[in-house]
Amino acid sequence: MTQARLNGERRELPEGSTVADVVQMLSRSPSGLAVAVNGEVVARSAWSARVVEEADEIEVLTAAQGG
Amino acid sequence: MAEEAGARLEVAGERLASPLILGSGGIPSMEVLEETVKASRTALVTVAMRRVDPAARGSILEVLERCGVRVLPNTAGCFTAGEAVLTARLAREALATNWVKLEVIGDEITLLPDPVELLAAAEQLVDEGFVVLAYTSDDPILARRLEQAGCAAVMPLGAPIGSGLGIMNPHNLAMITEAAGVPVVLDAGIGAPSDAAAAMELGCSGVLVASAITRSQDPVLMASAFALAVEAGAKARRAGRIPRRYRALASSPTDDMADFGGPLLIRPRLD
Repeated sequence: MTQARLNGERRELPEGSTVADVVQMLSRSPSGLAVAVNGEVVARSAWSARVVEEADEIEVLTAAQGG
Repeated sequence: MAEEAGARLEVAGERLASPLILGSGGIPSMEVLEETVKASRTALVTVAMRRVDPAARGSILEVLERCGVRVLPNTAGCFTAGEAVLTARLAREALATNWVKLEVIGDEITLLPDPVELLAAAEQLVDEGFVVLAYTSDDPILARRLEQAGCAAVMPLGAPIGSGLGIMNPHNLAMITEAAGVPVVLDAGIGAPSDAAAAMELGCSGVLVASAITRSQDPVLMASAFALAVEAGAKARRAGRIPRRYRALASSPTDDMADFGGPLLIRPRLD
């Protein structure tokens, strides 16, 4: 298992999980979402290639009411 | 006729159908949001970027898409240029827009902009090709620096966010609109439609309203009141208001008065 922090919570993810897998866990639809890993944007086109590594800090954001 | 077409706001070469920008923060529900957007006649609605909630029902993006309005992501809650730049990049990735309402605040009590971090973030985002609408204080010098940095619009506050105090320094706001070569959009502090009309009269190209609509007793009705107010203010600006005078100026003619035996003119000594 890989230990990572996902939207502020510690999570154990199966070895080899990708950012695309993480997004699928959180949301039914990938539209309107963006992902940062360790403070860097991971472009949508790179989600399935980016494997989650030990201690990665993953933020998955979307639009919410505000401003 | 341009007069009949109503007021417009043009940002980065794009004409928006209304000078009113709606902030979605504080809206009681997605149903009320949809009705409020329609009643406001806005073409641009702000959203914040927040963590995905797996349990969320209904998306604000679906509502806004149904309404046919453009989405303006903000960087609300960011305290540093670094956080704001990352948030803007994520918004561009998520929402496929390079427009961003840049907010970099100094503390949680005042929610006032941090001018140093704000300018640094604006320069970075302009470099990266963003269309930056910068939330700023009502300081004419900072507004000028933001324009020089390449911001597409400057958004001075009337008063602190959510305070509803109106335009605390109309003189500063007038100095900003007088000097600006980019649209000036009053952002924050508006309490009532009369404040929005006043902003337009002072030369603003637009007004952003959130709490004054979303947290009112009847957001839909209030949104329609604001739609009228920005229109009225924009027309008044074009019409050119009368100068303020220290003393009265009779609106009826003073020549050819009938003589009823009284004194024709009573003029107090002024010196």
